[in-house]
Amino acid sequence: MRSTAWNDEENKILPEMALDFMPEEKLRELQLQRLRATVKLAYEKVPLFHERMVEKGVKPEDIKTLKDIVKIPFSMKKDLRDTYPYGLFAVDMSEVVRLHASSGTTGKPIVVGYTKEDMEVWAQVVKRGLLACGFRSTDIVQNFYGYGLFTGGLGIHGGFEALGATVVPISGGNTERQVMLMKDFGVTAVGGTPSYFVRIIDVAEKMGVDISKLNVKRGIFGAEPWSDGMRDYIEEKTGIKAYDIYGLSEIVGPGVGCECECRDGIHIFEDHFYPEIVDPETLEPLPDGEEGELVISTLSKRAMPILRYRTRDITAIEKTKCKCGRTIRRIRRIGRRSDDMIIMRGVNVFPSQIETALLRAEKALPHYQIVLDTKNNMDTLEVKVEVSRDMVSDSMSDMEQLNKKFKHSIEQILGISVIVTLCEPDSLPRSEGKAKRVIDNRKKI
Amino acid sequence: MTIPQVSIFVSNRPGRLNAVCRSLADAGINLLSLTLADSGEFGLVRIIVNDAPKAVDVLEKSGLSATITEVIACPVEDKVGGLADFLSVVNDLQIDYMYAYPSECKSSTNVMILRFHDTEKALATLKEKNFKTLSTAEMLG
Repeated sequence: MRSTAWNDEENKILPEMALDFMPEEKLRELQLQRLRATVKLAYEKVPLFHERMVEKGVKPEDIKTLKDIVKIPFSMKKDLRDTYPYGLFAVDMSEVVRLHASSGTTGKPIVVGYTKEDMEVWAQVVKRGLLACGFRSTDIVQNFYGYGLFTGGLGIHGGFEALGATVVPISGGNTERQVMLMKDFGVTAVGGTPSYFVRIIDVAEKMGVDISKLNVKRGIFGAEPWSDGMRDYIEEKTGIKAYDIYGLSEIVGPGVGCECECRDGIHIFEDHFYPEIVDPETLEPLPDGEEGELVISTLSKRAMPILRYRTRDITAIEKTKCKCGRTIRRIRRIGRRSDDMIIMRGVNVFPSQIETALLRAEKALPHYQIVLDTKNNMDTLEVKVEVSRDMVSDSMSDMEQLNKKFKHSIEQILGISVIVTLCEPDSLPRSEGKAKRVIDNRKKI
Repeated sequence: MTIPQVSIFVSNRPGRLNAVCRSLADAGINLLSLTLADSGEFGLVRIIVNDAPKAVDVLEKSGLSATITEVIACPVEDKVGGLADFLSVVNDLQIDYMYAYPSECKSSTNVMILRFHDTEKALATLKEKNFKTLSTAEMLG
């Protein structure tokens, strides 16, 4: 693994990074000014926010300090579905220059819009994240996030362009070609979902290409929660440094926050996005350092201002200052989303725990999927694991042993019995290069 | 002498064995032998082919996981009790095998493919007792 030691050259504060180091007092002042403008815009132009605020008896002028944000009602994913497609837009469509949408696997997709200024802000926050992770204009970057309606591909692309890097807009899929171009184009950095990069590593190995011998030095990964174990795996296999970028389409897409060279939490670009942590049950605000649900308000978005959006991501705002000196606050890396939590026979299960268990058992990171079902009135948890070339043996008992090893490792971590099923490679579905981790077929009572 | 055997992991679903054979056929690979072991959810297809590395490559390109294992091909006499006699000798030599299956062989004799626990030891013991073992080329005739 590469050293994570401080590197003066890579961590020099460039003029473009100045906003990350704004004096705290100034930052709070700016946030308040922008929050008030956003609340006013939402109140005046978006019926949903207007009605909710009227219901709660709150007026835009009641927001006198940042602490007053708690007076504002929450918003959530359902609100975007209920107002599909343009119900939350605050500007005339003539001002909207870009639309993005979720894949809509659970019915209607959610739609988000951007004005020209929104697009600039988006590119700038991604660029600041990339700079903080050591990306420079001299980089040749392969972007294998999916391009299209998904905010990942074009969002990161905008940041790479703003940075002035050379972008290879390859999008997801055609993995052998990914490996070929990575080698032939002398790619120095990559961006995409971590699960897809693991697949690229796998295919490169099969093709006899050792990524650690190529020019690739760093990668920016996001769009799905990934464990520290997965990060170690990626870094050990490829010798690159892997960084986490955070975001969600409802707020802007990737670039709500990003790690820095210290990799000790995700800096939120607080001049544009205001973070809070609340108790997911009572919705009461929690102090810094305490874990709860992340709630974000946009501070500069014009096409679609979002107030106190419940992200479902479980994290905490760090109390301590980051070693890099940035004044913008950090959240802990997202290991789990309250949406992803499975309650299985009264036990809370997170997909990331299964990832850890698989890594522990085989020191490899196979693609997996969790399937919940009801059999004979009993809820069952099945983990389907794709068998890679390295795992195949000619001996049936070796294969059964492998199955048992996975089963044992998962059961040890979860404390409930599970079924493990070995599957053929590429037999489990992937969407937009994002892993679809959980299928719930349980009978709802 | 050992010969390469290709083992392929397949899900226990309709059409999977067909998918294996079709990819090999399309690549012009000749099958000498095929045996299937299954355990409910999945199975292992073991094959002897004219070009094992190419077979693995072809299978991986069609999205299957495969691996090569060295096995031993022994000629067996074509008469009643031929196999029984052969296996008695193997038993007496105390070289344990995990599985065995018959294979086509273009030169006239019948052939058994054996996967020994300790292939090196089995090979040395068989050689010492003047047992013939076949190469893939010899099996292809």
